Amino acid sequence: MIKKEEVQHIAKLARIKLSQQELKRFQGDLSSVLDYFNSMKEVDVSGIEPTFHPAEYFFGKSLGKMRKDKAESQPSGVVNKLIEAAPDKEKRHIRVKAIF
Amino acid sequence: MELYELTITQAHQGLLKKEFSAVELTKAFLNRIEKTDKEISAFLTITEDSAISQAKKIDNRILTSGKIPVLAGIPIAVKDNILIKGIKTTCASKILENYIAPYDATVIKKLNELGAVIIGKTNLDEFAMGASTEHSGFFPTKNPYDLTRVPGGSSGGSAAAVAKNLCCCALGSDTGGSIRQPASFCGVVGLKPTYGAVSRYGLVAFASSLDQIGPITKTAEDAKVLFEAISGKDPKDSTSVESNVSSATLRGVPRFARSSKFRVSSLKIGVPKEYFIKGIDSGVEKIIKGAVEKIEKLGAKIKEISLPHTKYALSTYYLIATSEASANLARYDGIRYGLSKSENKDLLDVYLQSKTKGFGDEVKRRIMLGTYALSAGYYQAFYLKAQKVRTLIRKDFEKAFQEIDAVFAPVSPTPAFKIGEKIDDPLLMYLSDIFTVSANLVGLPALSVPAGFAGDLPVGLQIIGRPFEENKILEVGKIYE
Repeated sequence: MIKKEEVQHIAKLARIKLSQQELKRFQGDLSSVLDYFNSMKEVDVSGIEPTFHPAEYFFGKSLGKMRKDKAESQPSGVVNKLIEAAPDKEKRHIRVKAIF
Repeated sequence: MELYELTITQAHQGLLKKEFSAVELTKAFLNRIEKTDKEISAFLTITEDSAISQAKKIDNRILTSGKIPVLAGIPIAVKDNILIKGIKTTCASKILENYIAPYDATVIKKLNELGAVIIGKTNLDEFAMGASTEHSGFFPTKNPYDLTRVPGGSSGGSAAAVAKNLCCCALGSDTGGSIRQPASFCGVVGLKPTYGAVSRYGLVAFASSLDQIGPITKTAEDAKVLFEAISGKDPKDSTSVESNVSSATLRGVPRFARSSKFRVSSLKIGVPKEYFIKGIDSGVEKIIKGAVEKIEKLGAKIKEISLPHTKYALSTYYLIATSEASANLARYDGIRYGLSKSENKDLLDVYLQSKTKGFGDEVKRRIMLGTYALSAGYYQAFYLKAQKVRTLIRKDFEKAFQEIDAVFAPVSPTPAFKIGEKIDDPLLMYLSDIFTVSANLVGLPALSVPAGFAGDLPVGLQIIGRPFEENKILEVGKIYE
């Protein structure tokens, strides 16, 4: 069983606030799932490389080439819509609250 | 036959022969949605005006040129995690309840170019996380075969809409079974393409190494039409590829896999013993075994195979999917778009309030599971270990595909379950994905085709193929129609 403090710590890292009731419920939910995950411990993976992405296996290194790190201009309509979507803004700037 | 009962290919013929117009076809579906969607709640948004105006354009094209692409004028529904410019894309989440997409997903751009008529956006489990569509932040969708049961998930709205004839075909997305399982539960065809076959640009990311967009249709032929329309390399998704790439360029694919003329008698079908385990519904087992016998009678060779790491697939999948999700969903921070809440002036409070109020329980659970798996002290034991077990699962399939052309398996251990039956037990809900997740982990194409009924409930057969052999598994699927 995962400890309450651990659940609280994960919630903090994930930027989620939990009520006492939710904390208890999530403690139970996460514990049963993590117990199930633990069955994986018995697998011997010594000498096995991880597969982070299916593309690595299909194409080796030929796929997933990064494009040049170069800004591509977007139609102004799209740019305006992206700015419009921000909840708090001033002219064409997105306003963010103070960090501290 | 009613217009809303037509398949894509039938509707296309009707349009060409001028038996009906594209506007009439579109209106037939819009009327049916108006009359019957209240029974199953498949749609989140109906795009009536743009649908009619698109249909009018197609009617003009038919008048002037007499020739149109197969998908022109065909009413299609789109899962609400795929962006359509100017239309709400909610992912069935409160955090995106009022989000208007600023651009089209690549699949939508392709459909528009071909003249398809988008009639609305369909319900899903919030951010595609779920197996029942009960985790929608708005309302659950019901199974057209039994309104007390779930349509499956997460593409439950799309599958239910196709089954209920509310659209001619639909797009879904599949991260761990989200196209195939609802297709199975609703008695329709669902294809999860090979990873990379379809561009993910404009698909709201859940788990980027697993997500694929794919068709949900009435027939395997329709799935092929829709798959061909949306697939192909896209400069905006660096993991996308041309799907007609010759097998020779693929690592791990045996030489004889190169596509040749389809003949049932030359097929070798693998039946993995690990997919017929305790806990599988007897009706489902009987239908899958019946499907195996049927293709054997038609001349295919059947071989029992072993995919020994199958029992670890679900843990592996949930560790990887939740880890990727925890990173992907960090972007919903209340700053750039979506719900923004705060009680005081500091930035942290914006994050906390927006996420806490915007996400539902299942999304929070998965973000937390992924955060845990990636956190200091657990990364090696959970995340990295899962990526290594993923290699073992991949090797199981590589070995099997040396001897066989396709794997036959159940899609899900049971037919559609009751609404409410699994909602309070996350692990029980996750187990519904046990047979579908491997194809995503390895990136293989996999199809669900209706193969029979357990009582009154449809059951799908899952056909898993070699990378980029969608056409082969679709041909095999046609045998069951």
